[in-house]
Amino acid sequence: MDRAATAERIAALIAPFNKKGVAITDASTFSGDLEFDSLTVMDFVAAIEDEFDIIISMNQQAEIETYGQLIDAVVKLQN
Amino acid sequence: MTDLFSKFDPIIEMRRGLLASGVEDPFSLVMERVLSPTVAVCNGRETILLGTYNYMGMTFDPDVIAAGKQALDDYGSGTTGSRVLNGTYAGHKAVEQALCDFYAMEHAMVFSTGYQANLGVISTVAGKGDYIVLDIDSHASIWDGCKMGDAEVVPFKHNDIEAMEKRLKRIPEGAGKLVVLEGVYSMMGDIAPLKDMIAVAKANGAMVLVDEAHSMGFIGPNGRGVAEDQGVLDQVDFVIGTFSKSVGTVGGFCVSNHPKFEILRLVCRPYVFTASLPPSVVATAATSIRKLMHAGDKRAHLWENSRTLHAGLKARGFQLGTDAPQSAIIAVIMPDLERGAAMWEALLKEGLYVNLARPPATPANMTLLRCSLCAEHSAEQVQTIIGMFERAGKAVGII
Repeated sequence: MDRAATAERIAALIAPFNKKGVAITDASTFSGDLEFDSLTVMDFVAAIEDEFDIIISMNQQAEIETYGQLIDAVVKLQN
Repeated sequence: MTDLFSKFDPIIEMRRGLLASGVEDPFSLVMERVLSPTVAVCNGRETILLGTYNYMGMTFDPDVIAAGKQALDDYGSGTTGSRVLNGTYAGHKAVEQALCDFYAMEHAMVFSTGYQANLGVISTVAGKGDYIVLDIDSHASIWDGCKMGDAEVVPFKHNDIEAMEKRLKRIPEGAGKLVVLEGVYSMMGDIAPLKDMIAVAKANGAMVLVDEAHSMGFIGPNGRGVAEDQGVLDQVDFVIGTFSKSVGTVGGFCVSNHPKFEILRLVCRPYVFTASLPPSVVATAATSIRKLMHAGDKRAHLWENSRTLHAGLKARGFQLGTDAPQSAIIAVIMPDLERGAAMWEALLKEGLYVNLARPPATPANMTLLRCSLCAEHSAEQVQTIIGMFERAGKAVGII
């Protein structure tokens, strides 16, 4: 799946977690802009993992700070 | 200069706000005198202890104390050395043998604390390229063991067998897998469905580590823990435990039937690079463990206490962590930290000590008053405790 198609599916998945309706760009940060706490992160990561049938380990999550980095990581993990 | 302590400002502020409301500091309590496993003098008041991990009440057992005094006389106050150099005395071998006998397992390795047992075994057994699949509500020592090692760390939702299975199945072919579970989760006092979880772990080629810190001595026909109770102890590759709960002193251990287990003594850094336990500690632990093998009556009384307290608090309208009592821990859910701290203080003034647990140690950012029962609490004490909860709960407006 290419980046655009992946981004589209992630955009659909993040909507229910984006409770404040923040306008999301590739530069949006999960802890800062989106105010995700650790429980939200767990549920959101689980949703992504199930959608794409991948594992995003804690080690990999530590490298992902922005929305754009997440899309890049998911593109990479599918290959 | 950047003040390295500025990162702690949010917690300093939270603590200041809490103490400004006038409550006694829940995290600076001093036990001035300890009268028995269930009663101490705290902040000048005689207090029933309902927030210790002294589940089996072994801390004042006369045989345990005598063994400790004898070892102090015979071996001195400390070993001043590592287990692999000058720090292994006869007592360390004796307590490891007591653990092998208690669990009916081949190997036992004793660490200086339970925290170090998890830290050491998890970080050493799972290495680069391996995967650790663990429950999201795991104890800090398990998380720190993961962080210290080089394995990929994959958490799953608490006690969710399907979530665990999905993650196991996604792990690349040929990678080593370690599933880490706990028998009793200490915040809510709930147990894990180990029988089903371990079956799934084994079907997916994983080795299994179970932390039985809060079940030893109490759960299972021989007090070996939740895995024994559910009939799957023989499927567990590594049991982690502690001497600082039912055993009544301090120290940690791992027991296993793995044929190569003994090599861990040379490669496990939290085992090698620290001083071994003092001789008096291992002597008290060995005596206590051997007595716990024959503690059926105490186990029965502790279960009775747990059932009575759970039913009593539920009947009075408190919200509890589990629908039925699953362990010796009864978690009372507070509406928020402020009222939790007020309730904690009201109980202390009634003469009852419980644990105040708050985020981030708790699941779902809950504030909990955690009650842990002891086999030495009398039936009368449990009724007294229920009355104290009722008065304090009404005073604070929680019930």
